[in-house]
Amino acid sequence: MASSRKFSAVAIGVSSGGVQALKLLLGELPRDYPLPILIVQHISPDAGNGMAKLLDDLCAIRIKEADEQDRIVPATVYLAPPNYHLLVEREGFLSLSADPPVSYARPSVDVLFESAAAVFGPQLVAIVLTGANWDGARGVQAVKRRGGVVIVQDPADADTPQMPQAALAAVDVDHVVPLAAMPALLRRLAGLAAHPAEAGHG
Amino acid sequence: MQSKNAEIEDIEIRLLLEGVQQVYGYDFRDYADASIKRRLALWLSESPFETFSEAQSRLLRDPEVFVSLLQGITVNVTEMFRDPSFFRTVREQVVPFLKTYPFVKIWHAGCASGEEAYSMAILLNEEGMAGRYRMYATDIDESVLAKAAEGVMPITEMQKYTRNYQKAGGARSFADYYTARYDRAILSPGLKKDIVFAPHNLATDAEFGEMNMVLCRNVMIYFKPALKERCLKLFDNSLLPGGFLCLGLKETLERRKMGERYEELAPGSRIYRKRYGQ
Repeated sequence: MASSRKFSAVAIGVSSGGVQALKLLLGELPRDYPLPILIVQHISPDAGNGMAKLLDDLCAIRIKEADEQDRIVPATVYLAPPNYHLLVEREGFLSLSADPPVSYARPSVDVLFESAAAVFGPQLVAIVLTGANWDGARGVQAVKRRGGVVIVQDPADADTPQMPQAALAAVDVDHVVPLAAMPALLRRLAGLAAHPAEAGHG
Repeated sequence: MQSKNAEIEDIEIRLLLEGVQQVYGYDFRDYADASIKRRLALWLSESPFETFSEAQSRLLRDPEVFVSLLQGITVNVTEMFRDPSFFRTVREQVVPFLKTYPFVKIWHAGCASGEEAYSMAILLNEEGMAGRYRMYATDIDESVLAKAAEGVMPITEMQKYTRNYQKAGGARSFADYYTARYDRAILSPGLKKDIVFAPHNLATDAEFGEMNMVLCRNVMIYFKPALKERCLKLFDNSLLPGGFLCLGLKETLERRKMGERYEELAPGSRIYRKRYGQ
């Protein structure tokens, strides 16, 4: 059951409990997953770039910390650097900003989602995972306004449920699923078979 | 309908920036879209106007409205000793070179309200360079420069700045650098002695000559590639051989042609030294 709709990018917002969640989600994606993935994970301002390296070592798909003016290409995961907002530019590259924190966060999920929604419109998939505040709730509103798809981790399944709950309260979301079901959903949305084993069968 | 409104707003913003350029001469058309849109939306939400079109007619006729827009667009959040590791590298690896000159000139481009300029002055003075340097601290926004020249900060920030100062290798008592008065910290006047605050627009103005060091951190991240390129050329033309170009921690010369003429001091430091004989 491949999706007939064409998507251009996946944006993910995650806060406390994020490392574990991202390990599970990204670890299940194939090396050549056809969509670019943009991630804001709330992280301490002095954290350095260890997170991207750690995840890159654990997952098949390529994971890097976003550099300013990085071109957005498929099969690549871009992680917002500590202490900078991550934004999407119309010309298909990433930009960074040192503007004040939004929802007490820099990087902020709202900032990523709003700018990604403005560029990708209905071709955007936005995902809210575990987290302890409400960052992302405004962002998913922007995504829905521009016709994108919103997926929220089932709060009962989340390490910290507040962020998914805030997103659920903000909009009618398209999918509420536990983390374990998300890799299959992401494959389907990208036009792949839901499970690697089904590849080649139609 | 919603998405149609979004398209209209994109058009309104383009027209607004076009109008600002023609009436006031400030060119923001080469600023990266995503950030300037956020800043404009914030300005609009705090203004009495419903839409950018409504704002436009007042904006083009009333310079005061323009000044508020200018502040909204160019606001640069900064702090004293922001990125302490950067200042530590300057102290340990750049200052020894600067000390070999009888006098050095430093251009701090996009200094905003002056926090980093004063940080650099503290560092240079502690390293025995007081009176042996001149720092040209420039910004596009004259009202923010006036604030920088005052050298007054909110007292609530001082705890954080003290921590930053210590992480940056500062070993003295940070409290000696300011006087607390009510809710404000007044920086000691001695720090201003070697700093000249001056207006400068990176999008339209020319270079400063013969600099030993140029700092421009987290300013060009807001620019489109062409404007970024223009700035880097200005800095390259301003720097003497052996001079230092200091960028923000996420900015790099790696994929740039002029990068060949520079050497990064320590990997990831984003402090680049211009080679001799180029």
